[in-house]
Amino acid sequence: MFDSLSVRLDKAIKNLKGQGRITEINVATTVKEIRKALIEADVNYKVAKQVTDKIREEALGRDVLVAVSPGQLLTKIVDEELTRLMGSTHAPMELKGDPAVVLISGLQGSGKTTFSGKLAKMLKGQGKSVMLAACDIYRPAAIDQLRVLGEQIDVAVYAEPENKDAVQIAKNAIKQAKAHNKKVLIVDTAGRLAIDEEMMQEIANLKQALQPSETLFVVDAMTGQDAVNTAKTFNERLNFDGVVLTKLDGDTRGGAALSIRMVVDKPIKFVSSGEKMEDIDLFHPDRMASRILGMGDVVSLVEKAQQTFDEEEARRLNKKIRKNEFDLNDFLSQLEQIKKMGNVKDLMGMIPGMGKVAKDIDLDNDSFKPIEAIIKSMTPKERANPDILNGSRRKRIARGSGTTVQEVNSLMKQFGDMRKMMKTMNKMGGMKRGLANLMGGR
Amino acid sequence: MGLFGGIFSKDKKEHLDKGLAKTKENFFSKLGKAVAGKSTVDDEVLDNLEEVLVTSDVGVETTLKIIEAIEQRVARDKYLGVDELNRILREEIAALLSENNSGDLEDFDVPSGTRPYVILVVGVNGVGKTTTIGKLAARFKAKGLQVMLGAADTFRAAAVDQLKRWGERVGVPVVAHGMHTDPASVAFDTVKKAVEQQADVVIIDTAGRLHTKVNLMNELGKIKRVIQKFVDTAPHEVLLVLDGSTGQNAVNQAREFTKATEVTALAITKLDGTAKGGVVIGISDEFKIPVKYIGVGEGLEDLQVFNKMAFVDSFFG
Ligand SMILES: Nc1nc2c(ncn2[C@@H]2O[C@H](COP(=O)(O)OP(=O)(O)O)[C@@H](O)[C@H]2O)c(=O)[nH]1
Ligand SMILES: Nc1nc2c(ncn2[C@@H]2O[C@H](COP(=O)(O)OP(=O)(O)O)[C@@H](O)[C@H]2O)c(=O)[nH]1
Ligand SMILES: [Mg+2]
Ligand SMILES: [Mg+2]
Repeated sequence: MFDSLSVRLDKAIKNLKGQGRITEINVATTVKEIRKALIEADVNYKVAKQVTDKIREEALGRDVLVAVSPGQLLTKIVDEELTRLMGSTHAPMELKGDPAVVLISGLQGSGKTTFSGKLAKMLKGQGKSVMLAACDIYRPAAIDQLRVLGEQIDVAVYAEPENKDAVQIAKNAIKQAKAHNKKVLIVDTAGRLAIDEEMMQEIANLKQALQPSETLFVVDAMTGQDAVNTAKTFNERLNFDGVVLTKLDGDTRGGAALSIRMVVDKPIKFVSSGEKMEDIDLFHPDRMASRILGMGDVVSLVEKAQQTFDEEEARRLNKKIRKNEFDLNDFLSQLEQIKKMGNVKDLMGMIPGMGKVAKDIDLDNDSFKPIEAIIKSMTPKERANPDILNGSRRKRIARGSGTTVQEVNSLMKQFGDMRKMMKTMNKMGGMKRGLANLMGGR
Repeated sequence: MGLFGGIFSKDKKEHLDKGLAKTKENFFSKLGKAVAGKSTVDDEVLDNLEEVLVTSDVGVETTLKIIEAIEQRVARDKYLGVDELNRILREEIAALLSENNSGDLEDFDVPSGTRPYVILVVGVNGVGKTTTIGKLAARFKAKGLQVMLGAADTFRAAAVDQLKRWGERVGVPVVAHGMHTDPASVAFDTVKKAVEQQADVVIIDTAGRLHTKVNLMNELGKIKRVIQKFVDTAPHEVLLVLDGSTGQNAVNQAREFTKATEVTALAITKLDGTAKGGVVIGISDEFKIPVKYIGVGEGLEDLQVFNKMAFVDSFFG
């Protein structure tokens, strides 16, 4: 339904092509597109605004690379920024105390009980002795649910089905855990709305009474704009230590992750991606950023371009482009570079003027063969100075390369267009660093 | 207003009301600047409307669609004052909400003549299917209808127990085969028993499933086919339950569930919170499915028939 961000950005900044630098004028439409994309991914309206303002600052003045489209470059910038905002390193869980208490909180149906089971299983797998406490005294069969999970993973569940005081149950659970020498007690609680004062008071009391070493806020990754309200209120009441993002096994973009992170500034510690007890994972900000943008491909493409382009070669080419000396040898060399990067179809459009060439051919790595053959059938002098290619030379080259004169003509025409394009770019003064910048880029 | 002021600082109910009052005031004070008799809407009003809609989870595309509709309408009709512009805004938003055959439902009821009237309840995990079924059963029972429930969520831990508790609470029978049994055969059995015992309404609970899981979505088709072996017109209703706090992913949910089983109606839950559930506007518009019920709490009585105008009004405060 939604175009991937880079495609949209490319559309939005069509007029940016041929300009070497991201400026206030050409970034305006783009920033709007980014904002839209973020909101479509369920990033909160205001957070999206805040984030795109940052991105605008970041993008302004950046040189447009020769090897990637401006849309792709911007997408990369957005991706880096989101990753940074969501926390670049993993935040481990703190387990102190005897037993160390982990308090689980969140809205109704967010996946608290399931996560409690998963966490218990994970810790048990690490050799810790774990106990679960069933403190959801409201939802029908909530205690049974936790008991069934406890049985599945072979972890003891403390429950008092007749007791209507969650704090008391939890306190008793601590005693029980101590008595049985359990090192970790995971306390599952009822779901509650942030505006339900009575229930918020209950969980605040639980926290007060248990002094948990870790309080986690469990949130459904499909949550929309309201995620910020909920997270903010829970944080104000509980000052929680971390966030758990659930139901990531679906196709939600998960913008709530970014919103929450921005509003409460607490790390996302775990992700939950399935109903089975082993479906628990640590949080990876970079993966989440790409997911929100829906375009992991572009990012890795840009990264690949950065890795594979030979730096020296890039400098040399760039210099020649600047001096309007780009010749067929250079063209050949660029083709080589592209082939090294693989996936030709994606990469073709990256070279100024090549988009047109790409359109005319059914693209795969073999598509370059006639072009290479034609260029290789030229003398060094011809390659360096394509203007001398008259009719008889072209006939000879066609014969030598096993192509037709028409094909040679068409290539020369396209090459001519490409040079014109480069000239224009030079005039606009934006290519100063061009490819070299790509190499030195972040 | 600071970036995180206003609607971001409602932690208590009073705060909430204040917060909403602020949003409302803000929006209508902007509206107030619009001068009567205009044929265009001020950008400021539109910007503000955009914010109201987007923060209600209406989504970018639908928001743009609404704004466009309003601009066209105003260009055509002009408006005479704030009240009228306000009315136009609401009408245009509500216009996207698909109609029931008879407009908004008046009350909890099922069409007469079809007995048993079979309702299949579907949706992703944790949205409130089982709870909604409990509440619906209570409503139908209060209307004097004989209700029977089918516990075809045989997957989630203690799901059968949960529905049984609801059955006890409401005082309606629950047909169950226990955990990890074939959901289709539970559904079949429920319909069969309902025919035998001449029940009026059958409501079948199903396991939550993410719409991306092909096998689980196919299972719904199977449940439907098995029911049809017994009553070929059933299920008479496929109720898709959406969590009111879900964002744009609800569109994907609606699309896939509609593909797997023809969804005939929507229920939106958890609207007692601060989430607005605006995503259903685009869903109702795109898939032409009416919203029938809204969930406003965890209690037996916390279910209402959907009212378009009230729903749209909730966006504005
Ligand atoms: N697909 C999927 N379902 C989940 C995940 N976590 C929980 N669930 C399901 O979501 C529903 C609600 O989970 P539950 O643990 O009962 O939520 P609670 O009300 O917060 O305790 C159940 O059907 C769970 O099986 C997840 O990561 N992925
Ligand atoms: N606040 C509120 N909670 C609800 C509502 N509907 C369901 N819930 C809660 O959401 C959680 C999941 O509901 P459940 O019926 O088990 O969801 P299911 O997995 O779709 O069957 C439970 O804790 C319910 O009490 C509602 O309208 N408002
Ligand atoms: Mg629970
Ligand atoms: Mg259920």
